[in-house]
Amino acid sequence: MARGSGWLKRAVTGACVALLVVILGGCSFFGGGPQSVNHPAGSNMQTIWNLFVPIFWMSVVVFAIVQGVLLYSVIKFRRKPGSPEPYPTHGNTKLEITWTIIPALVLAVITVPTIATVTDFAKKPDTGITVQVVGHQWWWEFDYPGEQVVDADEMHVPIGVPVYVELRSDDVIHSFWIPKLAGKQDVVPNQHNHLWFTANELGTFRGQCAEFCGEQHANMAFTVVVQSQADYDAWLAHNKAPAVAIPSSNDLAMKGQQVFFTAGCVGCHTISGMEVNGVKALGDVGPNLTHVGSRTAIAGEVLPLTQENLAKWVHNPQAVKPGTLMPNLGLTQEQANQVAAFLESLK
Amino acid sequence: MAQVTTTQQGAQYRRSIIWEWITTVDHKKIGILYLFTSLFFFLIGGILAMMIRTQLIVPDNTFLGPATYNEVFTMHGTIMIFLAVMPLNAAFFNFLIPLQIGARDVAFPRLNAFSYWAFLFGGLLILSSFLFGAAPNAGWFGYANLTTLTYSPGINVDFWIFGLQILGIASVASALNFFVTIINMRAPGMRMMRMPVFTWMSLVTAVLLMLAIPSLTIGLVELTFDRYFGTLFFEPNAGASVVLWQHLFWIFGHPEVYIMVLPPFGMISEILPTFSRKPLFGYPFVVYSGIAIGFLSFGVWAHHMFAVGLGPVANSVFATTTMLIAIPTGVKIFNWLGTLWGGSIVIKTPLLFAAGFVGMFTIGGISGVMHASVPVDYWQTDSYFVVAHFHYVLFGGSLMAILGGIYYWYPKMFGRMMNDKLGKIHFWTVLIAFNMTFFPMHFLGIDGMPRRIYTYPDGMGWNFWNMEESIGAYFLGLSMLLFAYNFIHSLRSGEIAPADPWDGRTLEWSIPSPPPAYNFAVVPTVTSRDEFWEMKYGSNEQTADQKTNLNPTVEDERHIHLPPPSYFPLIAAGGLLGMGAGMVMHGDGMAVSWYIFGAGILVLAFGLFGWSFEPNH
Ligand code: HEC
Ligand SMILES: [Cu+2]
Ligand SMILES: [Cu+2]
Repeated sequence: MARGSGWLKRAVTGACVALLVVILGGCSFFGGGPQSVNHPAGSNMQTIWNLFVPIFWMSVVVFAIVQGVLLYSVIKFRRKPGSPEPYPTHGNTKLEITWTIIPALVLAVITVPTIATVTDFAKKPDTGITVQVVGHQWWWEFDYPGEQVVDADEMHVPIGVPVYVELRSDDVIHSFWIPKLAGKQDVVPNQHNHLWFTANELGTFRGQCAEFCGEQHANMAFTVVVQSQADYDAWLAHNKAPAVAIPSSNDLAMKGQQVFFTAGCVGCHTISGMEVNGVKALGDVGPNLTHVGSRTAIAGEVLPLTQENLAKWVHNPQAVKPGTLMPNLGLTQEQANQVAAFLESLK
Repeated sequence: MAQVTTTQQGAQYRRSIIWEWITTVDHKKIGILYLFTSLFFFLIGGILAMMIRTQLIVPDNTFLGPATYNEVFTMHGTIMIFLAVMPLNAAFFNFLIPLQIGARDVAFPRLNAFSYWAFLFGGLLILSSFLFGAAPNAGWFGYANLTTLTYSPGINVDFWIFGLQILGIASVASALNFFVTIINMRAPGMRMMRMPVFTWMSLVTAVLLMLAIPSLTIGLVELTFDRYFGTLFFEPNAGASVVLWQHLFWIFGHPEVYIMVLPPFGMISEILPTFSRKPLFGYPFVVYSGIAIGFLSFGVWAHHMFAVGLGPVANSVFATTTMLIAIPTGVKIFNWLGTLWGGSIVIKTPLLFAAGFVGMFTIGGISGVMHASVPVDYWQTDSYFVVAHFHYVLFGGSLMAILGGIYYWYPKMFGRMMNDKLGKIHFWTVLIAFNMTFFPMHFLGIDGMPRRIYTYPDGMGWNFWNMEESIGAYFLGLSMLLFAYNFIHSLRSGEIAPADPWDGRTLEWSIPSPPPAYNFAVVPTVTSRDEFWEMKYGSNEQTADQKTNLNPTVEDERHIHLPPPSYFPLIAAGGLLGMGAGMVMHGDGMAVSWYIFGAGILVLAFGLFGWSFEPNH
């Protein structure tokens, strides 16, 4: 008996050490990607992660107990030649009560901070900025109420300031998710959802739609740019201004402008403050292009913004992003290059 | 007879075999039909899974385009849930419940045949969408308003709606049948608290089905009206709240999870005692916790909707109820461990799968508790973390147990054993490949990979695990082929099975393998739980007399009244198929659609009419 329990003790310690090594070693096999949640850069995700870690360790204990007992029983109580018939136990009420109450207590311990955090997340912060996010099939629009700034693909926020995000959908349900900064919140038509977080780190953070929303759900990503307050203010001021005039020295862009204002683009896109032969670009089906040249990527992040990529896009958007709601407009390659030069100059 | 030539005789024989299966109302044959059909659908679902993993094996892959990928993942989910796991469970209900309760058939044998045919036709209707290049593509829970005509103009969604409606009818009819069978058809002395746990869990499942499916039906009817008759249930521009769909769907959808996993709980509760050679630990606790799970499962649906914006109060309430449901589930796991503890465990394939179930299901249960914590769910929902979770519950859980169940009851069904050595290889390869495929999905969830994306860019840190998972999935596919080989090969060449190959405890083992049409030569009088074990080894005085007469025989089978075969259930189900197909064609604007729909109604009416007036002696 004594020898038997010594063996057991050693086996259990060994298994626990092995499990720890696997878990800690395993941690080096993930994390560190642009959307990894385990090094949060925003208050909301930090709170979630802080709640998750203790739950995780409790889970490890439950996991170890169940798997340990399972393996131990199957190995230890294996039928061997000459094994006696087991004693036909029917149960044990005390044990049943114990293993009902202990898990209930563990779950209660998880439920209390859960409810506290849910309530906290639902409050609106007293200070900070508000951004209205509109989900479209399959790109994101960012409006800054009161600032007359309308942007797509890129959301700019100042560091250390609560950001209150109002979520609106223009079509179907999407889900707004910036893994490193905050948990998700669905973007539901006809419903006013919101979410808030404070970014704690400068830099860019990738976000992505998380609710299946149709053909191009996979390419509905965006970037959050966390800036110092001064940089943020400068960005706002710049984006508030109407589109820059095209320098007449830029012949290609001048031609591109002509194409843009005649090829039907204006029915879907806005370029504020620009008028060509009495035509204005005031469409609101696609992204606002007033400052498109200053973005880092376009069309839900399928392409990084370069002049070649812009040409590729306007020449044949359906080839780049099959199913996108921007139709092929039959531009020649030459026209596409011209339009790309024009768009690129809209800094 | 003497005049008939042998070839004629052969042809006649073959025709009569097919005829026999088409018109059968024997619960065992229907169970076997369910088994083969759902394994076939499972194969298709598995091929779709391989396509998914192939598309995701490297970033920016172009194996499948977005439109096809969305069809493939939608069909994978729909098939695995409605056409594989649910009907696999139904195969066991059919085959086993009458045998376990000492009955000669189910309460309504022709309704039972109707359920099967409706299931088959509903499944074929959904699958036929592939032939028209219009497979459903809005995800298996088809969130409105993506499913409205504005956003899903094709007939893809129509196939999904009418396929599911027919499957729903099949499920409710079958649930009703088993509910009545279990309540009314038990052998004398088979009190409720003597019933085998599989039968108990099936009873709870039947109740869940009858109460949950109508909610889905209503949602689908509203969607049909929106798509066909211009109503505005899910039209936000007319002021509708699209969240209505989610409530209707998940009030069905969460109980559905238990519909898929309670029968496997029952199978485990049969397999573990048999191979531990001791009774189920805490029988009443296992039964009551199953009932508790059934009740609670109707009060947790909104945990699928934590990120929808229901508000902090609703989210807190549903977090709490979800935590609560974990308690009875835990109780079951501990009782299974208690059953193994101190046993004399015979290591055979069914036992390995049952033990594997306990281990893998526990992992799925634990991650389920993580999602129950709402803020944590804000991160995990709709990410690969959740994909890992439900595959641990449905593959590591339900399917592992079902595979164990197949190995365990195969000898009873077909009178032959499956090869145990191959079975063990199958188990170990499934266990490894399953974990290779699904465990790293937790890591991808931590790395922020959303579910249902057909492609992902390079540089996200997702490449390695996706590649590794795809390799795991191929390995898993190969391992399942081994199972297919063992299953098919053993049908003809397996070792002949005795009536009681595992030294079983419940009544099905007291009759020959495969059982005769009338099941029990003499309907047993039950005196205890684990009745057959008591007959064999009990010291109980009442059983002493049965002990001497373990396998009674009948002098004249013709004295046993059995329900006669009937083709009316098939005709009635065919009518449903016509109606469904007509509706789908109408969605496509075909002129003949109303005629086909109308013909479907007439065929259905004719089937039901014939069925009602058919003499049943
Ligand atoms: C029918 C409406 C429509 C027309 C016409 C149209 N677009 Fe678009 N455009 C869109 C939509 C919708 C998107 C967003 C596509 C996506 O991300 O899936 C888009 C995206 C773009 C983008 C990427 C913007 C960003 O920041 O992501 C550019 C650039 C663009 N369009 C240029 C053009 C040009 C140039 C024309 C004319 C040749 C044009 N569009 C005509 C609807 C249209
Ligand atoms: Cu989406
Ligand atoms: Cu659920």
